Amino acid sequence: MTAPTAPSGSRALSPARGVVLVARREMSTRLRSRSFVIGTLLTIAVIAAYVGFMYFMGNSASRINVGLTGQATAVAEPLKSSVAALGKEVETRTVPDPETGERLVREGELDALVVGAPGALKVVVQKEIKDQLRAALDGLTRQQVLDARLAEAGLNPVEVNREVAGARVAVSTLEVPDPQQDQRKVLAFASLFLLFFSVQTFGTMVAQGVVEEKSSRVVEILLSTVRPWQLMLGKVLGIGVVGLVQLLIIGGVGLVAAIGGDMLTLPDAAVGTLVSVLGWYLVGFLLYAMILAASAALVSRQEELGSVLTPVLMLLMVSFFVGFTLLQNPNNKLVEVLSMIPPFGPVLMPSRIALGVAPGWQIALSVGLTVLAVAAMAWLGGRIYANAVLRTGARVKLRDALRAK
Amino acid sequence: MSVPEALLEIDRISKRYGDVVALRDMSFEVRAGEMFGFVGSNGAGKTTTMRIALGVLAADSGEVRWNGAPITFETRRRIGYMPEERGLYPKMKVAEQLAYLAELHGSGSAAARRAADVWIERLGLTEKRDEEVQKLSLGNQQRVQLAAALVHDPEVLVLDEPFSGLDPVAVDVMSQVLREKCDQGVPVVFSSHQLDLVERLCDRVGIVRSGQMVASGSVAELRSGTTERVMVDVDGAGYGWVDELTGVRVVERQGSRAVLELGDGVDDQVVLRAASAAGRVREFAPHRPSLSELFRNVVTEEAAA
Repeated sequence: MTAPTAPSGSRALSPARGVVLVARREMSTRLRSRSFVIGTLLTIAVIAAYVGFMYFMGNSASRINVGLTGQATAVAEPLKSSVAALGKEVETRTVPDPETGERLVREGELDALVVGAPGALKVVVQKEIKDQLRAALDGLTRQQVLDARLAEAGLNPVEVNREVAGARVAVSTLEVPDPQQDQRKVLAFASLFLLFFSVQTFGTMVAQGVVEEKSSRVVEILLSTVRPWQLMLGKVLGIGVVGLVQLLIIGGVGLVAAIGGDMLTLPDAAVGTLVSVLGWYLVGFLLYAMILAASAALVSRQEELGSVLTPVLMLLMVSFFVGFTLLQNPNNKLVEVLSMIPPFGPVLMPSRIALGVAPGWQIALSVGLTVLAVAAMAWLGGRIYANAVLRTGARVKLRDALRAK
Repeated sequence: MSVPEALLEIDRISKRYGDVVALRDMSFEVRAGEMFGFVGSNGAGKTTTMRIALGVLAADSGEVRWNGAPITFETRRRIGYMPEERGLYPKMKVAEQLAYLAELHGSGSAAARRAADVWIERLGLTEKRDEEVQKLSLGNQQRVQLAAALVHDPEVLVLDEPFSGLDPVAVDVMSQVLREKCDQGVPVVFSSHQLDLVERLCDRVGIVRSGQMVASGSVAELRSGTTERVMVDVDGAGYGWVDELTGVRVVERQGSRAVLELGDGVDDQVVLRAASAAGRVREFAPHRPSLSELFRNVVTEEAAA
């Protein structure tokens, strides 16, 4: 048995191929890893459960079950239409007698039991009456009283009612109202959360990967054949793609579930938001991953990682919490300003886009500044990484990493 | 197949860390088919020299040349390297890891997988092929580490302490593989503290002290400068008779045996006759110092100087 002999083939390894090989290893090992598969499935399960829950709650909570008995059965139709005008649905049923009705209310089968003549309705509820039901019943009772008085006064109640119904206040709006505001808020929150979650998860993964190579010393073998920038870029890109795949799966599943569950009736806006989230993830992830990779290169053990990652992840956290204020006030000035400045922009801007409150120039400015920041961090981070990654032992001071040749 | 001309030259490399001189004008060369042993105390500069040769560390001055031309990032890829601090991805499977490293050194992916399998079989790792490196025994991890240095079919091998931590069987496998690569025309440099092993395997040896090469050459050449010694075993008589011979002294005594140092121009036959006169001679032979002794001499000489 002899050792294999040299088929001295070409040993050329273009810089791009070096990066691709490193990135490919990251993708193939991480996409197959148990944590990735389980994490993705778990997230999908959470989304499905949430959408299902909302769908169920939406169906049961918006409907009021009312039992009618005796003369009160006559108000079934007017009750339905006036509650519907207040944004709720009423399901009416006739019960044989008040006793049965009361029992059903006590058992929770009915939300309310209505008895009595149309002019003097009485309602039995368990603890409290739903506002819409009370308003509708009050209205019906008043109408009865009013109609009786009008008839006494010799007026035709039908005519008077028509005239009354026609009298309206004239409303002029200063801004075009957006009937889809609530849905847009859902999209905005989803964007905010997905970006925060993905950038944090996969940015941390980059940092852990850098320290893994450093603590296992494999980096010394790697750097005898590829340059530090190739290793760093390959790692960032490879893990970035893994994050993109997960985002696509989660976003896609969420979208389909939300549309299927009637939570979103704006498929175009929703798809647009998903595309924007994917794009912003790319620039945002690149920015944070470069900073995190450089920071991680300063330490040699996973245990020390927290101390260098925390300041960077705090920036991400701040962006996330500031973003919440958008749900209260989409035109929040602070968020408007921060959404144009890296490193906050990539997390905040997509929410503002989803809300439809971001002018084109602001989006362009935010993209431009973020791309510039990515370029700057690639240079600076690459330098820190190259100078620090082979120094094992004590934590490398940032100043030393920047100063070394 | 003609053996390609291969020559690794380390030419006057210096490196200092602040006030500490790590290397001062370190020079040596290793040719095709030659095995070069690099010995020295801890901190003498062996690892620093190897890391500079691999480009992992930059020298302050001096040059590393491969086949006469200054070594570049591209030509470094032809070196097979085993760092002192062993390093592999703990959670990557053996075969995948080796194929990846081969590709990273410029092999095509099919060739890389083939080479990984060849070395896995050659080093007796077939059953561990699809196991994560972290789950292997220390000895098997060392074998994978050697495979990692060889899998891209390097034209020169630079191995930092390849034998440390190996069990006797693995030492034999390692020695055999290195010898084979060497016979194929691959220059091999390795450092070791196991001097008997270095003496047995290496064609040439370099002794390093405080960042400088203090002696280099074949073991025979290193010996040539030393004084002649004989080992004698004389029954019962003690060694009082030695004092009567001029230019001869006892260097070492163990029971009835002694090592004598013979000064310039002393005839060993005269010594033998004196020994026979003193008692019954059981053994009388020239004593050749081992590499360990040579090493100790060189290092202490320097320290005294």
